[in-house]
Amino acid sequence: MGRYVLRRLLLTVPVLLGASLLIFAMVYALPGDPIRALGGDRPLSEAVQAQLRAEYNLDDPLLIQYLKYLAGLVQGDFGTDFSGRPVLDTILDRLPVTVRLALVAVGFEILIGILAGVLAGLRRGSFFDNLVLVSTTVVVSIPVFVLGFLAQYVFGVRLGWFPIAGITQGWYSYVLPGLVLAALSLAYVARLTRTSLAENLQSDYVRTARAKGLSETTVVGKHALRNSLIPVVTFIGADLGALLGGAIVTESVFNIPGLGRAVYDAVLRQEGAVVVGIVTLFVFFYIFFNLVVDVLYAALDPRIRYE
Amino acid sequence: MTSSLPTPAPSRTAPAPAEPPVLEVDDLAVEFRSRRRTVSAVNGISYSVRAGETLAVVGESGSGKSVGAQAVMGILDVPPARITSGQIRFRGDDLLTMSRKEQRAVRGPGIAMVFQDALSALNPVFTVGHQIGELFRVHRGASRGEAREKAIELMERVGIPAARQRVDAYPHQFSGGMRQRVMIAMAIALDPDILIADEPTTALDVTVQAQIMDLLSELQRETGMGMILITHDLGVVNEVADRVAVMYAGSIVENGTVDEVLAEPLHPYTQGLMASMPSLESHGDRLNPVTGTPPDLSAVPSGCAFHPRCPMARFGRAAAPGKDCARNVPVLREVVPGRTAACHYSEELEHE
Repeated sequence: MGRYVLRRLLLTVPVLLGASLLIFAMVYALPGDPIRALGGDRPLSEAVQAQLRAEYNLDDPLLIQYLKYLAGLVQGDFGTDFSGRPVLDTILDRLPVTVRLALVAVGFEILIGILAGVLAGLRRGSFFDNLVLVSTTVVVSIPVFVLGFLAQYVFGVRLGWFPIAGITQGWYSYVLPGLVLAALSLAYVARLTRTSLAENLQSDYVRTARAKGLSETTVVGKHALRNSLIPVVTFIGADLGALLGGAIVTESVFNIPGLGRAVYDAVLRQEGAVVVGIVTLFVFFYIFFNLVVDVLYAALDPRIRYE
Repeated sequence: MTSSLPTPAPSRTAPAPAEPPVLEVDDLAVEFRSRRRTVSAVNGISYSVRAGETLAVVGESGSGKSVGAQAVMGILDVPPARITSGQIRFRGDDLLTMSRKEQRAVRGPGIAMVFQDALSALNPVFTVGHQIGELFRVHRGASRGEAREKAIELMERVGIPAARQRVDAYPHQFSGGMRQRVMIAMAIALDPDILIADEPTTALDVTVQAQIMDLLSELQRETGMGMILITHDLGVVNEVADRVAVMYAGSIVENGTVDEVLAEPLHPYTQGLMASMPSLESHGDRLNPVTGTPPDLSAVPSGCAFHPRCPMARFGRAAAPGKDCARNVPVLREVVPGRTAACHYSEELEHE
């Protein structure tokens, strides 16, 4: 198992290299001149522009720029944005916000998604089951930004239950954006739990558990649920990796200063170092949580062993 | 025809007839309902099992033999299944009118079951020790440690080598035969009065089948439990059973001691089953299967359910009055003292 994890971790290195080069090239290919854009209405003098270009290696060909970036990275230097702020500072500043948002979202997925799924799975064909089916279908078919604005308007403006934007009220500020961010996966978790539980309840070993004279609570809560949650847990694990990197829209709608917002702003300003640094981090999260899921899978299902 | 079976083993443990049966199933009927149709899987079957006795329930797939056993065990999925009539008396008390809690107290210590496919019948994510020990923890309030020790003891008792090392292994790490032994260990854990074995050897290879049947017989001799053996293997029936009930399309069509039924079947279906068995004497000949297929339970033929496949069915003017096989349902009746069969023309088979 240890060797397997080590091998998988080593494999992330080429993936990260490839991903960062790809992102680097895409930022490079963006139309427009980032340095000229810096000046806005008051154009910078030619000398200043040339100096800035030299400072950010913008005159070099793509590959040289990338290699210089890598050389810095190896020494722990993530580069700086155009205002001279180290990218690492931005990341360390914004990461906790994004992590908090992702955790709140995953919390909702677990709490609401699994609960709804279990209840629907236990009462197949009931009113509640159909309610879950219809509401999850509705949720997955609405784009996130629509859902975000809708939630903002209803719960923030109309009802006034939650802050409309920003993170000034601590964890409470994360509830509404967390719910919006979770919505899609939550629907999926509910469906997955429902189907998985319904299937396991029909299984032979559940019949055996009943034949052993176990209470219905033990039969369902222990024997059936333990097996049903294997795919659910692995989905949530993989989703955590995606949530950490995919909150751009939600963070923008709710004006939350997380990594998603940072990368969005950096793309607009064509700040290559910032974009590459953060997006590569996203890629790393994604790969890392996929590895966590694979390890978790083996822990949850004894039939799976990695050599 | 009857000579195709090996002669029954001479020594059988004959239970004292005065002793009341441990389990009595009386006129049990089970239906499966779906939106479109209703299927009668079991139509009023009755049987009883005494301590130390083995009753074999024989029939083709879909004859209702497993459904009946699952009803006794209380593990039918309700709905779609529904018990429409009958009583299942365990030590005189009707299981069907008991509270759920009382029923649960019977499952395990009173009646236990061995399933056909141990791989799917054991929970893949718990160790075998945990699954065996669970019975002691739930029914006897044993601690984890005690339950584990009991599990090891039981695994040794059912002949699993190196039980102490294997107690923490998972079901998939055992071979088919060993898994079935785990299943048996679980079933006999609380010394049940009745053990239901639902085709316990069907999923196993032939060499292992005999070992498992031997184990079951040996455990039965040690504990004196009654056993219901559900099978379609008449060879096994001949070796281990005391009495046999033959089922067809949800009904019992013949009932009697193994020696008598196998020596002289009183129902053409039983006769057909025996003729379809391979034997040493018929070596080289073609087998004689019962022609046709078991009936669709949602459209059981009128009259005798077996009549479309029966070689001696009589209709219209060829039939005796009130004995038209396609119109009159034959009831299970005593044909000779101590033996029942549901055929209008059993007497002719008897004198054959």
